Amino acid sequence: MQPSQLTAESFKSYPPKGHALAVANLALLQVLPLGFVPFLLKDILVFDWKFPIEQAEMTNQLSYLNKLWEQQRRREMEPFASLKLNDKLENSDWVNQPAQFLEELSAHLWATRQMDGFRDASESYVRKFNGSLPTEQLPAPRLGIAVFGEGVNATQYKLFRKLKRSGVYFSKVNPEKGREMIAETLKARALAHEIPYAHWCVDGADSGASLPGFTCVSYDGLNAVRSKLAAMMLKAYEATTFDPELLRTTLAAVTPEAVGMTDSGDGALDRFQLSLLTEGSGTQIYSTTFVQWAAREALRRAQPLTIFTRYAPRQKERTMDELLNVAQKKTVTDPEGSLIDGDMGAYYTWINMRRLPGADAARFLAWFEGHGEAVAIAPGLKAGSEETAPIDMAGLLAKLA
Amino acid sequence: MPRSVNLSHASPRDVAAAISRSRRDFLRQATGAALLAPSALRAMASASSKKAVVVTFGGGARDDETFHPDGQDNIPRILAELAPRSTFFTQVINHGILGHYVATASLATGVYETFNNFAAVSPGNPTVFEYFRKDLKRPATDAWVIAPSNGFNRIGESENKAYGKGFGAGVILPKRLLAAALANGAGADFNHLLRDNYESQAFSPVIGGNDVELRQLADIFKVSVADFVTHAKSLASPDELSVYIARQLMKQLAPSLLWITLHDIDVAHSGAFSLYLEGIRRSDRLCADLWKTIQSEPEYAGKTTLFILPDFGRDSDISAGGNGFQHHRTGDATSRTTWMMVLGPGIRENHIVERPVDSTDLVPTLGSLLGFTPSLCSGHPLLEVI
Repeated sequence: MQPSQLTAESFKSYPPKGHALAVANLALLQVLPLGFVPFLLKDILVFDWKFPIEQAEMTNQLSYLNKLWEQQRRREMEPFASLKLNDKLENSDWVNQPAQFLEELSAHLWATRQMDGFRDASESYVRKFNGSLPTEQLPAPRLGIAVFGEGVNATQYKLFRKLKRSGVYFSKVNPEKGREMIAETLKARALAHEIPYAHWCVDGADSGASLPGFTCVSYDGLNAVRSKLAAMMLKAYEATTFDPELLRTTLAAVTPEAVGMTDSGDGALDRFQLSLLTEGSGTQIYSTTFVQWAAREALRRAQPLTIFTRYAPRQKERTMDELLNVAQKKTVTDPEGSLIDGDMGAYYTWINMRRLPGADAARFLAWFEGHGEAVAIAPGLKAGSEETAPIDMAGLLAKLA
Repeated sequence: MPRSVNLSHASPRDVAAAISRSRRDFLRQATGAALLAPSALRAMASASSKKAVVVTFGGGARDDETFHPDGQDNIPRILAELAPRSTFFTQVINHGILGHYVATASLATGVYETFNNFAAVSPGNPTVFEYFRKDLKRPATDAWVIAPSNGFNRIGESENKAYGKGFGAGVILPKRLLAAALANGAGADFNHLLRDNYESQAFSPVIGGNDVELRQLADIFKVSVADFVTHAKSLASPDELSVYIARQLMKQLAPSLLWITLHDIDVAHSGAFSLYLEGIRRSDRLCADLWKTIQSEPEYAGKTTLFILPDFGRDSDISAGGNGFQHHRTGDATSRTTWMMVLGPGIRENHIVERPVDSTDLVPTLGSLLGFTPSLCSGHPLLEVI
């Protein structure tokens, strides 16, 4: 089937908002190439559970494509139209299963050495689309705070070696009441900018601390769901022939109901949390991976003004069978390894913040929890410098204001 | 669609060039190496007595955690003991599919294979082992592969009708051997040696290929199952088990062509950076230990060339479509560009080769070194080391 054969009937199994969006843009979808349309459909299919900013982005993208002159659009789509696909891809149910189509497309592009050209075309397209958007003023500069190192008394590991290059390294931070001061700062921001999904908290255990106005996800909070997914994964690993691609497809098709997630009344958040475990690699077994990936996805999808991540000690490395067997035995943790994971995870959160609008004004704090080392990044702070004078957390946070 | 990102103003080519520069500068400082024009060097030993050991430093390590200044802590022995004795290729580009089995198969055939990375298939093109054995009329005991998991069990022999059956290498899957040896229980003490990770194929009784069975353990390694199990207990990881097997093989059969695929590093797919670093440090130690073994074994000393190279890299931190070190899915410059070091008799020491070379150049280089003609491979011999 080709996109030109699409009709309104093709989208009958789509949820209401996604269905309406697809039908309203049917004429556009019909003229776009098969190497491109499933990327749009993948998002339209779950449009009903997207965050508001994602929905706006999708609508903007369709509007951008609609507004292009025919010749412009043809030129823009040329790299995708000229991809050499195969019968299997063309005959697959790419309307109702776009994610599976894209998995197979990816394998096909690698095998036929078309991946590099495809990646360049994708990046070029997104650059042009982003360039077409008006610059929006954020209500406040973005702020990211990452804390890690719980359970570690001392370390030989050189912390912050990457983040240091972007900000000031503080070596004499008074850790007393550090967590409380951070919480107060976060609460004040949420109160000052009451916007849905604008403030996120990601916890590697379950902080227990209440952050009003924050959208919070935690590793422990998803224990029951993780157990069910882990059981599914274990079954796949123990099969006579393990097929990682089949496992990925199976996990991608899991619904919240299938793993016993109760309807929180926030479908977007429920689906988001499930996706962290079904689409992330390692998020099911290592809390540090969970925090890093959840922060990445929250930033990519919800584009929050504030993101707070806290890493807790993850379980020690064991065999995959043992790691997935949640009920098997008492968990042994690896605080030192988790410190290193958290240090790198904090760096990745900073990188991911830099990918969003307003990057030049963004602020970031990474702190070795309970200790005297931290890095602060802000427009007024000199990148690559070091501060050896004593400072408390309130003073540090003030530098990010 | 992947988001477009421009974190720095550098293109992937610029980034790759910068990495290459920093690596070169470091090596200059660390080893006093000079950048010299390529020249063909004659090995001391004759082709018929030469041996080669290939180690894939896998699966997949980035420059950031190895030769980049941030990563040099992780490879102290390679830097101190091996780099000064090597000819070092700073840019080995893998233009193929970045999956471990298919990429390793491509390294072994000298052609970019295009089969499904997770399929239990043999390479379509003749492997280096087949060229070696057929051209030089070598016995089956003279070419071996030690591979990390079942997915690699067919790597020793291709489907090519002119080569294929009867000309391949013996394949040893240490985890499979150990699992078989543990069939009577006591497995819990060895789980750390049997682990697989996300993108590997987990241990399962896949049939096919040239892999060695438990019953051959005594014949080949001259060790009893009990001794094998006892020794395995003292090891820390699957790669340590592979190197242990390699040493036994070198002592007992002294194959002329030995291929060892390390894989601990691929734990990176779990997203735990610390475990990825541990894998690199372990690989660093194992590579240095292997070189020591080569120097101390009479059958190898003075006539063996060691090739060490990752099968490919991992995604760059700045590539928006990926998640940094965790995967190798974007095909960006960082994931495609890696390095190779070559050590042995007649190999110029402290020599750095900056020109880009191709992953598929390994097989024809081995051909020139050992004296066979890989007629169907697409790479070119690296003149700097033959």
